[in-house]
Amino acid sequence: MAEAACLLEARNITKLFPGVKALDGVNFSVRAGEVHALLGENGAGKSTLAKCFIGIHQPTSGEILLEGKAMEFVGTRAALSAGISMIHQELSPVLSRPIMENIWLGREPLNKLGLVDHKKMYEDTQKLLATIDMQDNPKTLMSELTVAKIQMIEIAKAVSYDSKLIIMDEPTSSLMDREVEQLFRIIRELTAKGIGIIYVSHKMAEIFKISDRFTVLRDGAYIGTRNTNESKLEDIINMMVGRDLKEMYSKSDHQKGEPLLEVSDLSSGKVFSGVSFTARRGEILGFAGLMGAGRTEVMETIFGSRRKTQGKIRINGESVQIKHTRDAIKRGIAMLTEDRRRTGIFPVLSVKDNMIYARLPHYLNKLGLLRLGQMDKDCAHYKERVDVRTPSLRQQIQFLSGGNQQKVLVAKWLLIQPDILILDEPTRGIDVGAKAEIYKLMENLAREGKCILMVSSELPEILGMSDRIVVMHEGRVTGILENTPDMSEEQIMAYATKAAGAQPGKDTPNVKESADDGN
Amino acid sequence: MATNMEGTRHQAAAIVKKYGIILVLLLMVIGLSIFQPAFRSTANIINILNHTAIFGIMAVGLTFVIISGGIDLSVGSVLAFSGVIMGAMSQTAMASTPIWEAIGPFPFIIALAACLAVGSSCGAVSGSLIAQTRIPPFIATLGMMTVARGLALIVTGGRPVSQLDPGFSAIGSRIMNNTIPVPVIIYLVVIALAWILLNNTKFGKSVYALGSNRAAAEISGINVKATLIKVYMLAGFLAGLAAIVFSARTLSAHPGAGTGYELTAIAATTIGGTSHSGGIGTMWGAVVGALVLAVLRNGLTLIGIHAHWQGVIEGAIIVVAVVIDMRKNQVKK
Repeated sequence: MAEAACLLEARNITKLFPGVKALDGVNFSVRAGEVHALLGENGAGKSTLAKCFIGIHQPTSGEILLEGKAMEFVGTRAALSAGISMIHQELSPVLSRPIMENIWLGREPLNKLGLVDHKKMYEDTQKLLATIDMQDNPKTLMSELTVAKIQMIEIAKAVSYDSKLIIMDEPTSSLMDREVEQLFRIIRELTAKGIGIIYVSHKMAEIFKISDRFTVLRDGAYIGTRNTNESKLEDIINMMVGRDLKEMYSKSDHQKGEPLLEVSDLSSGKVFSGVSFTARRGEILGFAGLMGAGRTEVMETIFGSRRKTQGKIRINGESVQIKHTRDAIKRGIAMLTEDRRRTGIFPVLSVKDNMIYARLPHYLNKLGLLRLGQMDKDCAHYKERVDVRTPSLRQQIQFLSGGNQQKVLVAKWLLIQPDILILDEPTRGIDVGAKAEIYKLMENLAREGKCILMVSSELPEILGMSDRIVVMHEGRVTGILENTPDMSEEQIMAYATKAAGAQPGKDTPNVKESADDGN
Repeated sequence: MATNMEGTRHQAAAIVKKYGIILVLLLMVIGLSIFQPAFRSTANIINILNHTAIFGIMAVGLTFVIISGGIDLSVGSVLAFSGVIMGAMSQTAMASTPIWEAIGPFPFIIALAACLAVGSSCGAVSGSLIAQTRIPPFIATLGMMTVARGLALIVTGGRPVSQLDPGFSAIGSRIMNNTIPVPVIIYLVVIALAWILLNNTKFGKSVYALGSNRAAAEISGINVKATLIKVYMLAGFLAGLAAIVFSARTLSAHPGAGTGYELTAIAATTIGGTSHSGGIGTMWGAVVGALVLAVLRNGLTLIGIHAHWQGVIEGAIIVVAVVIDMRKNQVKK
């Protein structure tokens, strides 16, 4: 039914990208003064939808009505002047300039001579900040502010545009609890003035606290809209995941082999210390923990991209020195890094070239020239094996979807025929379909006798895929747990936050380790 | 609907984007051939190639540098510095006021080798600075540009170096019934070897990786620092080779030689589609880019356009080439 004050209404929005249907007939509406949460897994289409509202993307079909009028935004400026603004997850302030210049960037108040009127800018900023309870001096440099304050400045900026609708993309991802409270207070003040908020977040507790209604997207499709206070957590998760989670994971029980990788008392400066574990052939070892627990850093140290200050690494019983990634690769270790854009892909290079680099030395012939034919053959083979969907191996990788980029990187590491695969957040930011394929692939690799170390922040993934789970907290291993069917997220979290009264890190794993090895 | 027309337009645009520069070169050659008969004479064509050789060789080196995500402003000065060292070493006994009276003359071949070694060393210094300290290549090579020019002036006292070994006139001569200049042969050989180096070796592939994503290159096991140093050494080596060709043509060495050549070489590389954001570029692009500049200069002279205007036109073409290049590499939304 049509509410009296329906601020924004999106009807039947479809958005096609080359080879991908990012949104498929999505309906969405925001009322004045409402906080409407937008939910879904990574790759569900939340940010694509948000970007349609602020003119970064244009829907392929469907219509967007703002206060009953059909809108077609091309560019964020058009959306801004119509009253829609967005606080992005990754903020991009001009750090070297003061607060006031950041807020009025591109629309500075001018005096009669056409020069910037700094006095007016200062006063306007002061008034504006007061409306959101900030007392900072408008001349303070952005670089001196905390992330939370920078976010508040972004909100102030949105208010300064007289926005009727503010989209917040994961606004609390880098905030402390106290700061979240402040954010929520400001959100309530904004909604009291009739401003509508679209709130994109993964954090369920927040959704229940702040939102009036929520809409769930899955794989680009519209699943439904509900009132928050009439819904339960399980309902929301069911709507988001849709299928039985267990179906996605393809873990099977096969025989584990000999211990392949033995790490003992590994340390790297103050980042982590005394880390010990053993991984067997055919085993998937999950690494759980909170952000900053040191899991990625342990992997980097094993892979030689971070300096080891103490400890031993043994492969097949043989003590190895790994000083550079080259050494690790020679020893048959592969590492899929967590940040695909920063340390994974070569964006402007072809799919083929993205596959070959780790194996490059193997393609040299006696003259020191590369055997290009063999390279082509191998790439074609592995493209099939991991099922990369690309029009051609010569396509630049940046034009592929996240899931396909990830598969190319998996192929790159399979190409070196590794014994040990380190997968750091292997399914981050890829769609559900590609996720399931990656899980399947992991399982097949484990069955072939490869040893997989998987770092993941998604507990269902840890529970669904791991044979054993190494839990870390503040740079130390707090537990190595057998992944029995009755293992729960709560149990893991207890070790990850050390609330379980687990023994001090250093001893616990050793005790458990020896028990495991005795099996 | 208009989709069909739009499709055709898209296709046309794609072709222009992909082959833009070679189309420009073809149009220029065809146009000049029709309207300026003097242009299509064999003598003129060979003349153009001969003029292309020096900055063309430097553009080959710059192609590696720019694909790696860097820039080298020093190659013009390095040409002068390595050139005067070679000149000083190979002045004949007849020279009235030799630079290095006490020592030399050295055997011709040693002087040539020294020239290439000096060029490579200058590159090695820039490259090491860039690799170890991570200062921007622009700054490191700007420093090298000033230092090398200064050293060239110190060595010569600011005077040109003449009365060189007769071997230089052999390098500057023409073979095959006095038609093909040796510098052109050298240029072609450099292109062929560089083409193989860029496409068929670990080094070449590493240069692309480095330019596209340095952190990912590290993770892939590529020796990033060594590759960077080699890239600038190669540019320096080719600047030294260009110095040999320069001295062969002028039968002298000059501390002011090569001034501004680095910019011409960068322009040629850029026109040829090598992207300054790194990771993108081809060897044939460097060649076509150099030819575009050479044909343009020759054509404008034949048409009778004043030299002062030639610079204006050249500059405009460089900027347009970069605009086209950036559009080509933009991520489609």
